[in-house]
Amino acid sequence: MSLSDSANPGYMIQVNELTRRFGEVLAVDKLSFAVQPGEVFGLLGPNGAGKTTTLNMLATILKPTAGTATISGVDVTRHPSQVRRMIGMVFQEPSIDDRLTGRENLEMHANLYGVPRTEQKKRIDEVLDLVELTERANFLMRTYSGGMRRRLEIARGLIHYPKVLFLDEPTIGLDPQTREHIWTYISALSKREKITIILTTHYMEEADKLCERVAIVDYGKIIALDTPRRLKEGLEGDRISVKAEATPELAAKLNQSNLVKDLKEEHGELKLVVKDGDAMLPRIVEIAASLGVHIESMSIREPTLEDVFLHFTGREIRGEGTSEYHGLAAIKRRGIK
Amino acid sequence: MSEARGIYTLWLREVKRYTREKSRLISSFIQPLLWLIIFGSGMRFASTGLAGISYQVFIFPGIVGQTLLFTSMFMGISVIWDREFGFLKEILVAPISRVSVFVGKMFGGSTDAVIQGSFVFVFSFLVSIHVDITTFLFSLPVMLLITFGMVSIGLTIASLMESLESFGVIQTFVNLPLFFLSGALFPLSFFPQWLAWVSIVDPLTYGVDALRFIILRGMWIPIHPLYFDLLAVAAFDLGMIAVGTLIFGRTR
Repeated sequence: MSLSDSANPGYMIQVNELTRRFGEVLAVDKLSFAVQPGEVFGLLGPNGAGKTTTLNMLATILKPTAGTATISGVDVTRHPSQVRRMIGMVFQEPSIDDRLTGRENLEMHANLYGVPRTEQKKRIDEVLDLVELTERANFLMRTYSGGMRRRLEIARGLIHYPKVLFLDEPTIGLDPQTREHIWTYISALSKREKITIILTTHYMEEADKLCERVAIVDYGKIIALDTPRRLKEGLEGDRISVKAEATPELAAKLNQSNLVKDLKEEHGELKLVVKDGDAMLPRIVEIAASLGVHIESMSIREPTLEDVFLHFTGREIRGEGTSEYHGLAAIKRRGIK
Repeated sequence: MSEARGIYTLWLREVKRYTREKSRLISSFIQPLLWLIIFGSGMRFASTGLAGISYQVFIFPGIVGQTLLFTSMFMGISVIWDREFGFLKEILVAPISRVSVFVGKMFGGSTDAVIQGSFVFVFSFLVSIHVDITTFLFSLPVMLLITFGMVSIGLTIASLMESLESFGVIQTFVNLPLFFLSGALFPLSFFPQWLAWVSIVDPLTYGVDALRFIILRGMWIPIHPLYFDLLAVAAFDLGMIAVGTLIFGRTR
């Protein structure tokens, strides 16, 4: 992927061969992508893939080792304070003052970002309303639940009307209900405001639901970039699981049939990748019947982003035990009152 | 302009946090009381070598200075808290300079320390010193001047520390020598020559001397003229602010 060196005004964010090294470790490796104004763009990948590092460089917290990035045409390394005014950041780990009230946290942010005083109250009420925390605004943050804190952080990131909102793992450590809730806010937000959103996540569902385009990141590199839909369609195949007796025989026969693109045996089940799943189901039943094999159960599903990741890396996104640590630390911290 | 607003915001935050913490306010009453009552009365027969000044009267301004020193130094902890609870990131990504962040925190910590130092005046009756309102008002700017540099030391140390525990240890290492060498508890003339030399580089020496001059009035013959004390403290403040902003600026 090659992008011209001068910033293209048509893009809100332009990243060109962005690289960051921590000593020996290459955390971000020549990353290039561009984001349209108003787009919701996702960086999806396992923990430790370099997503947060990328975000931190875009948010001017971290200096790139090499490469460039511009936000609304402004270079992040050359004009960091100009960039900071244009962006809102919601960090992976909590970053609120829990000895202050929700409103006080928002006021502080408005002051730090130089929001005109005459507009301050209006905007704070506006964002509180957006995340439905108006009634809790004058309570100390320490009385807020994890989900409420997260909502307040999102609200805070919006007070200064940023052009770009960065969300670093917006729902990490939250329970499923709260997660859905936050997703609703984010989608509503991107529809209501003209704001570009970049989020990082290691939850497939999150990327699938929220993002218009997703860059799948692994070991600091983008291994695929497209709309979630096209990424999945690109795999050209539905996933079929078959549970049957005498599975090896059935497997052998199916393999000969040239109908399956991929076939694996896992935990006594056959996992098939086939081109036209709906049409294949009866065929499989026929083949099984011809062998006299009894099928206990069958299921079919369309490919997920998880499958996309698996396809490109040969690994499952959740499968890495050690790198979960970072995420767990954040979960633990969220629990602290 | 926006930098000034940022400084104000961070100052306000420190003060709000401080005044909301009841335990800190209560402890600020207890500590000086212990020094004045227990330490002061235990030592009350000690000669100060100064005509007309009892030991308790002698240490009173010293205890004000001690309260300022200990509280100021403790304020450094806010950097560690903020890092621990993630709030530091919010400040560091905001469009204001690191210098302003440091200065805002410093003003906040100084204000808190001066509030705490002011509480000590409440106990002046215990050692039968008459502190009128003008004396108190004169002390305020001097107290503030003393705390700028001290809070800066605290913030600087905290910027370099990884954990709360290590900050506590280092803090004690800095606090006690500054306190003991300042002449808060004994006249500097009691020191052997070599210690007297060391006390020259202790900024609190000048702070305590100035406070004694203001609080004890004519009873106390200052070591240095007031303007000299204040200049020495101010020079120390500027030096510490410079070092502090430099080191804090490197924080990530």
